[in-house]
Amino acid sequence: MSKPEIVTCAQVWREFRHGVRNMIPMVVGAVPFGIVFGALAVSAGLSSGMAMAMSLLVFGGASQFVAIGLFTQGVGVLLIILTTFVLNVRHALYAASLAPYVKHLPQRWLLPLGFLLTDEAYAVTIARYRAPDTSACKHWYYLGAATFMYVSWQLSTLLGVLAGSQLKQMGEWGLEFAMVATFMGIVVPMLVTPGMLLCGMVSGAVALIFYDLPHQLGLILAACSGIAAGMWAGYFYPAPSKGGSTYE
Amino acid sequence: MSDVWILVLGMALVTFLSRYPVLVILGRIPLPAAILDALQYVPVAVLTAICVPMIFRPGGGWFLDPTSPYLAGGLATVLVAWYCRQLLLTLLVGMSVFFLWKWLWSV
Repeated sequence: MSKPEIVTCAQVWREFRHGVRNMIPMVVGAVPFGIVFGALAVSAGLSSGMAMAMSLLVFGGASQFVAIGLFTQGVGVLLIILTTFVLNVRHALYAASLAPYVKHLPQRWLLPLGFLLTDEAYAVTIARYRAPDTSACKHWYYLGAATFMYVSWQLSTLLGVLAGSQLKQMGEWGLEFAMVATFMGIVVPMLVTPGMLLCGMVSGAVALIFYDLPHQLGLILAACSGIAAGMWAGYFYPAPSKGGSTYE
Repeated sequence: MSDVWILVLGMALVTFLSRYPVLVILGRIPLPAAILDALQYVPVAVLTAICVPMIFRPGGGWFLDPTSPYLAGGLATVLVAWYCRQLLLTLLVGMSVFFLWKWLWSV
């Protein structure tokens, strides 16, 4: 990885293009969800600009969705920010997993790559980094995949914001099921060790039982219980493989 | 500054802090093994905790009926994801079953 290689423009764009291409399935799932987010944000009382600002600056679909739900219930700003942190701290895992592959890159690369990190970008990019070939510009693949998701998220939010004023009932269409399908599509292939399986089962059960707790506390409780259960099972059945997507 | 601006900036800050620092630091300083061990369960724990209630309790109330589009779509999604491990196919089948159920049993 450290040996100097001559990287040509053609190679760079090829990686970028392949990153975009392999991101298409993820974008298909994110676009309907982005539209619903935009529409819900506007009907929750956010201005169009604020809804766009949230997508542009936060760029975390599930947390934005939950934040709008909490905002509608009149939950305080600090608590929403705390919930956002709990929901998004999973990105630290993705960052930890990608860090060895990007440590040779300068800050001007790490800043955008870090900012653009999502569940989807991670799932697609880690497969590229783990591929056996020694391409020196896999970070262009990462950039292509992550940028494509960012642009799609902004455009779909904009579409939702514009449609939101006309289509008040869009929240009832069930387009948010696209998020459920995407997330399940990412999670289910990860349930290959006893630890992961128990983690998912406990987290799902606790989330269901404590759904009525205020301020999404059930969600936080579920995530913590799931992690604890997974670690407990992992202690008895240590797994050789690290967490991460099994899409290759 | 309005409350909403503070909300957006605060959310942006905590989200950025969950993404960028680890990417930079971990190339240089290793995290404790226990933290790495816990972190590997975070995506499954969080994403499942978001999805499962949306499948069984859409909109808050329990909806445990074979006519529930959420239940049918969720089941189809899980099955295709498990056996095919192809995200696009998973999404297409999951969404199709969801909308088919919605259309079949719409009032």
